[in-house]
Amino acid sequence: MSLKEEVEILRQIPLFAKIEPSKIKLLAFTSERLTFQPEDFVCEQGDNGDAAYFIMAGEAEVIVETPSGPLTVATLGKNDVVGEIAILIDVPRTATIKAKTELTTLKITKDVFFRMVTEFPEMAVEMMRVLAERLVRTTDDLQKAKEMIRNGD
Amino acid sequence: MEHNIYKYILRYSKKQQVILTIMSILSFPALYYYLELPKLIINQAIQANDISFPVEYVGFEFDQTAFLYLTVGLFLLMVIVNQAFKYVINVYQGISGERMLRRLRYELYCRILRFPMPTFKKKSPGEIIPMITSEVEPLGGFIGEAFALPIFQGGYLLVIVSFLVVQNWVMAVAAIALYPLQAFFIPKLQRKVNLLGKTRVRLVRVLSDQLGESVSGVEEVHTHDASSNMRAQFSNQMDKIYTVRYRIYLLKFIIKFLNNFIQQLGPFFFYAIGGTMVINGTLEVGTLVAAIGAHKEMAAPWKELLAYYQRREDARIKYEQVIEQFEPAGMRDADNQLVEPDEIPSLTGELVASNIELSDDTGSKILEGLNTRFKLNERVAIIGPAGSGREALTHVLARLIDPDRGRLMAGDVNMVTAPEAIVGRKISYVGQHGYVFNTTLGENLFFGLKHRPLHEKKYTDEMEKERQTYIKNAELTGNSIDDIDADWHDYELAGVENEEGLKARALEILEMVDLSEDVYRLGLRSTIDPKEAPETAELVLAARRRFFEKIENDPSLKNMIEAFEQDKYNTNASVAENLLFGTPVGDEFDLDRMAENKYVQKIIEEAGLTETFLRMGYQVATLMIELFADLPPDHEFFQLYGFISSDDLPEYQAMISRIDSERLNNLREEDRLRFMSLPFKVIPSRHRLGVLTDDIEDKIVAARHRFAEELPPHLKNSVAFFEADAYNAATNLQDNILFGKIAFGFAQAAEKIGAALATVVEEMSLRSTIIEVGLNFTVGTAGARLNATQRQKLCIARAIIKNPDLLVLNQATSSFDGATQVRLMNNILEEFKGRGLIWSLDHAEKTADFDHVLIMRGGRIVEQGSPDKLKESSAPYKELLAAS
Repeated sequence: MSLKEEVEILRQIPLFAKIEPSKIKLLAFTSERLTFQPEDFVCEQGDNGDAAYFIMAGEAEVIVETPSGPLTVATLGKNDVVGEIAILIDVPRTATIKAKTELTTLKITKDVFFRMVTEFPEMAVEMMRVLAERLVRTTDDLQKAKEMIRNGD
Repeated sequence: MEHNIYKYILRYSKKQQVILTIMSILSFPALYYYLELPKLIINQAIQANDISFPVEYVGFEFDQTAFLYLTVGLFLLMVIVNQAFKYVINVYQGISGERMLRRLRYELYCRILRFPMPTFKKKSPGEIIPMITSEVEPLGGFIGEAFALPIFQGGYLLVIVSFLVVQNWVMAVAAIALYPLQAFFIPKLQRKVNLLGKTRVRLVRVLSDQLGESVSGVEEVHTHDASSNMRAQFSNQMDKIYTVRYRIYLLKFIIKFLNNFIQQLGPFFFYAIGGTMVINGTLEVGTLVAAIGAHKEMAAPWKELLAYYQRREDARIKYEQVIEQFEPAGMRDADNQLVEPDEIPSLTGELVASNIELSDDTGSKILEGLNTRFKLNERVAIIGPAGSGREALTHVLARLIDPDRGRLMAGDVNMVTAPEAIVGRKISYVGQHGYVFNTTLGENLFFGLKHRPLHEKKYTDEMEKERQTYIKNAELTGNSIDDIDADWHDYELAGVENEEGLKARALEILEMVDLSEDVYRLGLRSTIDPKEAPETAELVLAARRRFFEKIENDPSLKNMIEAFEQDKYNTNASVAENLLFGTPVGDEFDLDRMAENKYVQKIIEEAGLTETFLRMGYQVATLMIELFADLPPDHEFFQLYGFISSDDLPEYQAMISRIDSERLNNLREEDRLRFMSLPFKVIPSRHRLGVLTDDIEDKIVAARHRFAEELPPHLKNSVAFFEADAYNAATNLQDNILFGKIAFGFAQAAEKIGAALATVVEEMSLRSTIIEVGLNFTVGTAGARLNATQRQKLCIARAIIKNPDLLVLNQATSSFDGATQVRLMNNILEEFKGRGLIWSLDHAEKTADFDHVLIMRGGRIVEQGSPDKLKESSAPYKELLAAS
């Protein structure tokens, strides 16, 4: 995959939609493209996070360790971003990401990520939107879970 | 050591000085004739005064012309004889001086090795080093001429004076009349200069010490913004030196002025007195002129004598100053280090210390009548609060510091008087920061086994002659005649039979101190000379084949490494590497500057790639400008990702806007070079620039072949080509095994490939071979190429490999992390089960596995016993346990 193709893919990611092409090019050029084999770990829960990954091809599973064993909470695909929480707030990885198929990602380090966010407010807003959507979904899930517990009583 | 330089000279070079003196005296007759002959030539041979030709001489008859040739021939002979004497005397003087200098330096160095340890707290390397290197240097010159010069020049002066006296004694007296005056005043002034000189030497020593401190403490200077203060201190010292120098100059040139003035007073008297006498008719004009001429001739030796006097005083002071620095109180006898006992006794039984007292340099007591007794087959821990004298006790027990008084016995051996041959082999000591020498890791490890040259080196006849010369020169100067090339390893002491055994033991001990993995890694990154170690090279090649098979059979690994293949473009290597297809040796094919190389240019041209490269360069430059133009110049991206440095970027910007991409074949030379240099750095799979098409790659592979085939003979040694079945001497073991490039863009590729490599090494039992290669790793100045933990581990390994009867450790592992500390401590305690081990520890809870514990307080041992017993009944032990 050449730089040009990567730029094309990155531009389809909503987070980067409003950023000038030359900046996306720089982002692509300075970021490492990483391919994971199926079953490879992208990151493991509890590790220190120093990078986020943009999925360019393939699928990944988000797995959380629970007292009753590992639980797959989501499956991510093309154009999704993973691992951004650990670099936004300095906490260990909140989940394990495992490659489900062969997975091609663009690894964006913490430094680069922050530089982009501060340089392009649009990206920060977009980031907020993604996080808010996730919050809505999580609240929704919580609601459902609570109801299930109440019904179970 | 002699305190007076003359005594020193006479003691060690009496013979040379006598020979020099005799040679000087022997040269005088020739000198006299050399002065006499011109008179003979002018008066008799030319003017024929008082002579009638032909004259008969040794049975031959000479007419006037023949007589002239005879006399000028003699004159020429005298010139040659004189110069020959001078030559021989000078050379002999030089050699004698150099020998004495060598002796002096050697003696001073030996003294440093015997300095009591506390001396080094007061004397820094910055002070000691210049004393032995530069300060004594002029002494060599002086020693050579110490006696010969005054005799030669004084004699020369006498010869001229006597020649003058023979001509006219009044004039002779007038010529030297003022010499006593000069001889009286000049030394007085000179003494003042010398005193200032002494001060200057001292000040410069302080300066060099300050310099050393600035370098060593540069971290502190930066972190505390102390550079202004440091500059001010330096300035201050320089000012002191300047002031002294200034006064020296004033006096020195006054001396010069007086010398010249008095010298010129001679002619003044000649003209005044002699002139009066000529007017009165009591003196002939010719004699007056001769006297003035002779007086001029005298100037040179007289000047030499005065200068000699100056140098003599300098040398005397320097010598005394240096010697006085090398006689610290409490220095051990030379015999303590030189004596080789018939038998080295083992330290067994009990170690008994009674009434040990030790004060520091301020006189305050560190150890106060310390008494203790423990078995030498026990592992003993020393604990106690800071300042309890723990460290001092380990120093005394390791015989690094002599106690002021007290007795120290190990079995039957009196440790205080025992020579270093015993204590240095039977006791080991490691402090908190051991020192690592600038040589290989292995040499450092075996440092403690090299006490004497034990196994002589076999020499061929010719080398034997050289060796004999070496011994002769060393003996003449009192130097060591031990052969540095002999095998010094004391295999017996290490408990092994030979070199092989020692290597095996070294592996064991590296494992024990947790260093083998590090050495293994260093080994992987080391190069070997396949000519010197053909077996190792063969093994590495076998490992390469095995590794290749492994990769071929594992689809998940296959993509992660791209092997070097003669006929295939390697997309994980740069264009430069692909073209060279080998490892550069030396600077000829510097991968960063390939474009400038004439041969590379020729190959590119012949492959029809020049225009392609220029186009690629143009594309890369355009892209770089697009990406990086907005970034600030100090942005880290330039360094991390840039093909073009921030300094060069504007240049390229100008080039791109000036040059039309369609007219790249018509460029200025420097523009051309700039564009050409860019594509060489492109690594297709890393940079993903898409500038390299399959067609270009094929052409580069073709150029690669041509590059190797047409390589001119003088460049043959500048590159080690990649060959699948040959060991590459220019690259390290790891790259030789991998024989390819780890692919970019695969997660954990380096780790996975590393694991595969480790499996191959394991399967082929290559680990010990690689560790042995790692032992040849050069550690750098003070071990700078190792990290602090590795250095300390190496020091501990060095202390263990010589199998000491008693190992003294002074918080030797306290700089390690907790887990490493525990691991090492367990290993060492295991190794020293039933042997002598003394370990000063900072935490009481670490003493649990020891046989015996000493508790120190206030320079004494307040309690001792097994840790279990102490835990129950000892209040101080409980206190220390609670504190830790």
